[in-house]
Amino acid sequence: MEAFTKLTAVAVPIDEPNVDTNQLCPTRFNKMPIGDPDYPRILFHDQRFNPDGSEKPDFILNQEPYRNAEIIVADRNWGGGSSRETAVYALMAFGVRCVIASSFGDIHRNNCLKNGVLPVTLPNETCIALRRQLRGNLEATITVDLESQTVTAPDGTQHKFDITPVTKRCLIKGLDDVGRTEEFQGAIDDFRARYRNDLPFQASIAKP
Amino acid sequence: MTSAQTMFEKIWRQHVITEEEDEALLYVDRCLIHEGSRHTFDQMDEENRSPVEPDKVFAFSDHYAQTTGRDNGLGAIADPKIRGMIELLTKNTKKHGIRHFDIDDPDQGILHVVGPEQGITIPGILLIGADSHTATHGALGNLSFGAGSSEVYHVVVTQTLWQRKPKAMRIAIDGTLPFGVASKDLILAIIAKIGHGGAAGHVIEYAGSAVDAMTIEQRMTVCNMSIEAGGRAGMMAPDDKVLDYVHGRPYAPAGADWDQAVAYWRTLPTDDDAAFDTEVSLNASDLAPMVTWGTNPEHTLPITGRTPAPEDAGTEADKSEIAAALDYMDIKPGTPLDTIAIDRVFIGSCTNGRIEDLRAAAEVARLGQAKVPAWIVPGSAAVKRQAEAEGLDRIFSGAGFEWRDPGCSLCTAINGDILQPGVRCASTSNRNFKGRQGLGSRTHLVSPAMAAAAAITGKLTDVRSLAKGN
Repeated sequence: MEAFTKLTAVAVPIDEPNVDTNQLCPTRFNKMPIGDPDYPRILFHDQRFNPDGSEKPDFILNQEPYRNAEIIVADRNWGGGSSRETAVYALMAFGVRCVIASSFGDIHRNNCLKNGVLPVTLPNETCIALRRQLRGNLEATITVDLESQTVTAPDGTQHKFDITPVTKRCLIKGLDDVGRTEEFQGAIDDFRARYRNDLPFQASIAKP
Repeated sequence: MTSAQTMFEKIWRQHVITEEEDEALLYVDRCLIHEGSRHTFDQMDEENRSPVEPDKVFAFSDHYAQTTGRDNGLGAIADPKIRGMIELLTKNTKKHGIRHFDIDDPDQGILHVVGPEQGITIPGILLIGADSHTATHGALGNLSFGAGSSEVYHVVVTQTLWQRKPKAMRIAIDGTLPFGVASKDLILAIIAKIGHGGAAGHVIEYAGSAVDAMTIEQRMTVCNMSIEAGGRAGMMAPDDKVLDYVHGRPYAPAGADWDQAVAYWRTLPTDDDAAFDTEVSLNASDLAPMVTWGTNPEHTLPITGRTPAPEDAGTEADKSEIAAALDYMDIKPGTPLDTIAIDRVFIGSCTNGRIEDLRAAAEVARLGQAKVPAWIVPGSAAVKRQAEAEGLDRIFSGAGFEWRDPGCSLCTAINGDILQPGVRCASTSNRNFKGRQGLGSRTHLVSPAMAAAAAITGKLTDVRSLAKGN
């Protein structure tokens, strides 16, 4: 997993609430292997492109400076719906490493964290204020500092965000979960032995 | 001294291997995957790892399964990319010794239909699925939730998963579902009440007399759509109905194991004094058949209602949300829902593709003739066989409905079954997102009986008026 420490970048305001993972990655692209050269086109594909493949100029990701956005400032309930991790691969392929929203779909949030994309939860009023500032200044950038857990708005205001210590450590070091789990192999083996003894009917599966 | 615990708390604690700060490493009993799990296998190849307990992983060809011409096997799939997804799953499961319910398997079907059917799903367990509708399985009294391909990879290669503990929400539903009102209407009403993200961060336990009165299949429909309320999982207490349902199924415990299992499972229901982080209640007796009018499942109203107007909303954000949804759906504000003409009907999916759903639809289908193309896609081969044994296929065919082969079909619209731009569909599936059933398609979520009613009238229709008129 790619580490996340500190990012200063162009941020794109997306006002729509309830952006579901079908919008981030329309289902037909789920078939695509991760390295496919067309991956950068997947994010918001059906809102970004016409059926003939040409761009829809009204969509914000087709406008400057947002083509280079590495941060999204969204609204409430970002990433609800399908568990497809391709939604996160689509964000990453576009270049997005951080999404700021007032709430997230739980599965999508986990999927982001497993790929080094930082989901930042801030109050909805703060998200609205950030989006307003971004629209008012096309030169604006936002800084997200994971170490100090702060988002610095274009006007210099700092907003603290919560993140749990384990999650933070894994992101900063780019730690892969399986490696972390293997450090607990002894505990896993002990658990399994105990579980087989206590709940054999769940620990094993009948062969039909 | 042990304090009173929720069922969620009991099952969670039983599966904690160790804790690190705010995360628990949980032991996983069952893992369900499908063709879309290709990224999980790709990662296994890259990292050179294999499943630690392959007999606890079950694979299903469902999302990409074609729903006609199944006699030709894979040959029926014209698109090589779609065919390739099934072939890839076959190859990967063979390589790793994973049981695969492939398209030619007599027990093939949607993972959330076949899991319970086969007794892979039992009470008490922690079940992880590579699909957000994994909450379905919680209707049998367990903790089941969906995960992305990285988390599923972790489960497959370690049989464990790191999780932060969700909060517990109880939704108490008393009263009785009135005539013509299905458990689908109940869960749509719940989502309308608490919102599309209303249960985010929570595991939902559904309780109350209305739940007790439901059949297992009705309960699965409710738990299935927990994710549409943002819930991490949905669950219901394992009562005698659950035990009767599970007993004797192929992968379920048998003999002495069964007796021991029942003794343990009876300890799982929430203790009387247990506290929940959030409590919600509603009365089933107040409900009418529901229909979605917009672009997420929160946009739900009784069929007797009218579409909202942006100017009626309290905030600017709500105004623009309503306006955008109505614009996408191409419906004017204040339109009576039962006047909206539809082009297509889809009856099926992990939400409503079980035998009771097909019986409910057939009861209505026999009252008329389909005015628009209407598909019946059973949730599994077993459901299809049962329906044919009961003659439901003949009722549907006689009423002009199309009787198809099992799979996810028009719910996820990735197997080649797809709606054209602008087409409006009354659908028993679970998501009315923009483009969900095909680019530019418009979805109205309804119960199976309501979908059949829409088919024979050509518009969204209050099924109660049809049934009364007969």
